[in-house]
Formats: sequence, structure tokens, C-alpha cells
Amino acid sequence: MKYLIRKVAWLILAIFIALIINFILPRMMPGDPASVLIYQMGRMDQASRTAIMASFGVEAEGNIFQQFITYLGSLGRGNLGLALSHYPAKVTTVLARSIPWTIGLVGISTIISFILGTLTGIEIAWKRGNPFSSIFLGLFLFIRSFPFFWFGLLLVYFFAFRNPWFPLGGGSSAAIADRWSLEFVRSVIFHGFLPGMTIAITSLGYWLLLVRNNMFNVLAEDYITVAEAKGLSWSRIKYTYAARNALLPSITGFAMQLGFVVGGSLLTEMVFSYPGVGFMLYQAIQQRDYPLVQGIFLFITIAVLVANFLADMVVLALDPRVRRG
Amino acid sequence: MLLLFFKNKKAVLGLIILIFFLFIAIFAPILAPYEPFQNRDEEGLRFPLRSRPTGEHWLGTTQNGYDIFSRLIYGTRTSLFIGLATGLLTTAIALTVGLISGYFGGVVDDIVSFFINIFLVLPTLVLVIVIATYITVEGITPIILVLAITGWAWGARVVRAQVLSVREREFIYASEVLGESAPKIIFREILPNIVPLVMATFLTSTIAAIIGEASLSFLGLGDLTVISWGTLLYWAQNSAALLFGAWWWFLPPGLFIGLLGTSLVLLNFAIDEISNPKLRKR
Repeated sequence: MKYLIRKVAWLILAIFIALIINFILPRMMPGDPASVLIYQMGRMDQASRTAIMASFGVEAEGNIFQQFITYLGSLGRGNLGLALSHYPAKVTTVLARSIPWTIGLVGISTIISFILGTLTGIEIAWKRGNPFSSIFLGLFLFIRSFPFFWFGLLLVYFFAFRNPWFPLGGGSSAAIADRWSLEFVRSVIFHGFLPGMTIAITSLGYWLLLVRNNMFNVLAEDYITVAEAKGLSWSRIKYTYAARNALLPSITGFAMQLGFVVGGSLLTEMVFSYPGVGFMLYQAIQQRDYPLVQGIFLFITIAVLVANFLADMVVLALDPRVRRG
Repeated sequence: MLLLFFKNKKAVLGLIILIFFLFIAIFAPILAPYEPFQNRDEEGLRFPLRSRPTGEHWLGTTQNGYDIFSRLIYGTRTSLFIGLATGLLTTAIALTVGLISGYFGGVVDDIVSFFINIFLVLPTLVLVIVIATYITVEGITPIILVLAITGWAWGARVVRAQVLSVREREFIYASEVLGESAPKIIFREILPNIVPLVMATFLTSTIAAIIGEASLSFLGLGDLTVISWGTLLYWAQNSAALLFGAWWWFLPPGLFIGLLGTSLVLLNFAIDEISNPKLRKR
């Protein structure tokens, strides 16, 4: 219970800090993005000018604390300002359109990659010194060292351009109008395959390494030697004694690495013009759409924090020591 | 220690690759057949645009007729420099924060740890992208600073944990009883005991910085007049190298990033194995 309360408190506090960073960043930066933008956009009527100023909170009155309260208030009403690149759409509307795509793509491929990476990591640690283990480990360490987006380019080149097996980009075929048809689902899977593979293969090395290192620590424990001495079967030692205990720090580590993987995944979306948050971020950067960039940053940060929290909950469910506090 | 290092296969392989890149970076002007901004030969004849790999241009030319191979060589210099400089700066920040937090403990540790944990869970790359959108990046200094400011938390965390454990050893108590000053204990007694960890932090943050630079430049958020692996990839993407089938343009920079990254990871492994006898092969 104490653990749970601590984690919930941490989640709330961390989200609060994320809000502060999101509030302070644009105010700390040189120049005033709103004026720059109004200048860039050239002629515009008074209403849009006011809307832009308002979306940056430039015209806000009072000192920084009062401004912060105003900012929190508008956030509470679900108002993140206007997305200038999709004017006059709201940031929240634009975000709501792209979030499902990202959660689907990044979520599914990360989970697949975590499971596969963990299983391989267990085997590699167990068969240590075996040439296959070394080759496997080396291969995935090599792949892990590539930027995600570059590996994406590679897959596009070979499996969409040279051999047109998969589409070059996009999230689904535009020809399908019915979003609830089987055909649409097939098209989504078809379009998501290459970006999903990019994320899954590039991040596999992270999880693999994580569990491998934890396995080494566990395998050096005395209770493993005792289990061997007792004559327990190898598979029992491997899974029930070693892997089970190596998995817990892995889940905590998963949360830590997640921020990195999410960052890489967003760039993958850009390569594939995938209609998710990452590609949206790319477009927002190109057009210097600051409110949208901020909105996306806020969403991603909160998503990562919540994922961290969920990982902690999994640890709580799996580890009796934590449960008893 | 040195003997152990050279006996370790991973260490030797990692070192060879790293020396290969250092060699390219140092002798770039000699190794590159052309200047990075040269698009005519000595007789004033223009280089072909979007050329395939030929005898004159090993990796073809860009849409402006610049020699890609020369840009790759010069880019190695920039990217390696950004990586090492950021690595050094990040390690310095991580070390300072970790030492303060671990040595002084108590309230100081609570506060510092709080910030470490916050920075640890923030998606760094996204934060870097947001900051870079606001500032105008000229040259490579802003990139180094932004990457270092956002990337120190991991190192600080491991340094802190190690300092906490070293701090409890008897020789530290002995120094304290002898009345040594805090800086003296930190630098003379604790620091030598966490050297492997500091080296590991340096290697890890160097890899992160090289990938970070590539990502930022790829998005067009770096200084596009700088020649680096990242800007090479940016121009390849922006001139639709992929749709022209110009693999010679976007493949080599990424391969170089991957190779350099692998060499640093191998060195990291080796340091881990040498400093932690538990991991050494039985």
C-alpha cells in the first residue's frame, strides 16, 4: 500500500513538473514565437492575430504565477490553443486524430519487441559462451546502434521501393471509406508492418541486453548453485529460478528505456509519413507551429510517465516483497 | 589492468573500430578527394549532379554536385567531435551531480535525486526537439549544449548509486576520522573507485549524442551548413535520394553511426567485464 501511494504521488508530481516545463520553455526562449509567427504569416485579420497571441499566452496579464494558474485553468478545460498549421483547428482536435495511430503502432511493436527481446536475452545469458549467443548478441547490439529513422529508410528502400511489397508510407489506403470494415483493418496492418518492424527490431537490442545483464546477476546468486546441487532440472532452474527473478529489474528498466524508444519511434513515423503523433510533430516543426509542438510534447511526456506508472504496477503485482512493503 | 584490456576480444575489436574513425576524422583533409563545398574540378568543369558511384566520385554526388564520399569523410570529423564533446560535458555534469548527491546524502540527496528521476523519465529526444525548434541553431555548440543538458540523468543515477556504496567502506570512515576535508575525500578517495563507471557513462553518452545529432539534423533542426552524418542524411531525405534509388547516399552515414555505436558499446562491455570480476568468463 505504501508503495502504491508513493508511486501515485510520484506520478502526480512528475506530471506537474512536466506541466511546468511545458509552461516555462516557450517563455525562456529567445524572442517571442507569437510575433515571429505573425510576421511570418504576413497579413491577417485582427481576430486571428488575437487568437495567436492568446494561444501563446502572450497577452496574458499578471506575473508569472498568475499566468501559470491561467495556463493550468485552460489545460483543465482541455484547451491547448490553436494548431496554427491546421488553422483554425484546435491542438486537442489534431492530437485526438493522431494519438490512436501512435498508440497502436508504437504500443504493439514495443510490446512484441519487449517479449521477443526478453526471451532471447534469457537464452543468450543461459547459453553464454556459445558462438550462437555471441553472434546474436553482436547482431542486435549492432542494429541497436542505428538511429531508428535510418533503419526505417533501409526497410523502405528494400521492401517498398526496390521490391514494392509494402506501401511507401501512410497509415491506410485512402480508397477505403468504411473505417469499420475488415478491408480497412487489413490495410492498416499492411501499412503498419514496415514501421512496426523498424521499431521492434531496433529496440529489441535494448530489452535483450537488459534481461541478459540481470540474468548474469541472478545466475551468480547462491540459490542458483543450491538449485543445481539439489539436482533440479535445467529448465526449472532457468525459468523458475533465474528468469523469473531477472524479469523484475527488467520491467523497471523497461520504463527507463521507454523514453528513448518512444523518441526513436516518433522519428520512424516521420520516415513512413505515418499519420501518428510523430509525423504530426514533424509537420509542426516544419511550419514552426509552436502550440502544436508544445501540445505534442505534453502528450508524449504524460504518456511516458503513465507507462512508467503501469510498469511499477506490474512490479507490484509480481513481486511479493514490494507488495508487503 | 592494461593486460586484461588487451586480452579482452571485445575491447580490442571496439578499439580498432574507434581508431579507424579517429583516423578518418583526424586526416579528413588528406583522405577526402574533394572539399565538402567543391562542385567543380580544377579545370572549372562542373561535377555531374546526382551522379551514381563512379571512379571519380566513389559514392556519387548530391543534387548540387557535391562529392558524397568527401562529405562522409568530413562529416565523420564533425559527428565524432560532437559525440566526444557532448560525452565529456554530459559526464562532467553527471559526475558532479552524482558525487554531490551520493556523498552528502540526506536532504541534499533527496532533492538532487528528485531532479535526477525527473530527467530520467522525460523523453529526452522529444525535449531536445522542442528546445531546438525554439532556438536558431548556428554551428554545433548549441547542439552539444542541448544534448548535454538533457542527457546527464542516467550517468548521475549510476554514479550516485556507486558513490553511496563506496562511501560506506572503511577507508572513507578512516579518512573522515583523520579529519580530511570533503573535497579531498571526494577526489582522492571516492573518485578513483568509480573510474570504470565514469568511463562507461562517457561512452554511453557519446553514443546517445551521435544519434541525437543525427536525429536533430535529420529533422532539419541542426545547422544545415554544417557537414555531419546527420545533415548528410537530411539532404539525402530532402532530395528524395530514396526515390532515385540512391542507396550510396543514405546508407553509408547510417552504417557509420551504427559501427561507431557498436565499437563504443563493445568498449563499454569490456570495461564492465574487466572491472566486475563476476562478469568475467569462468
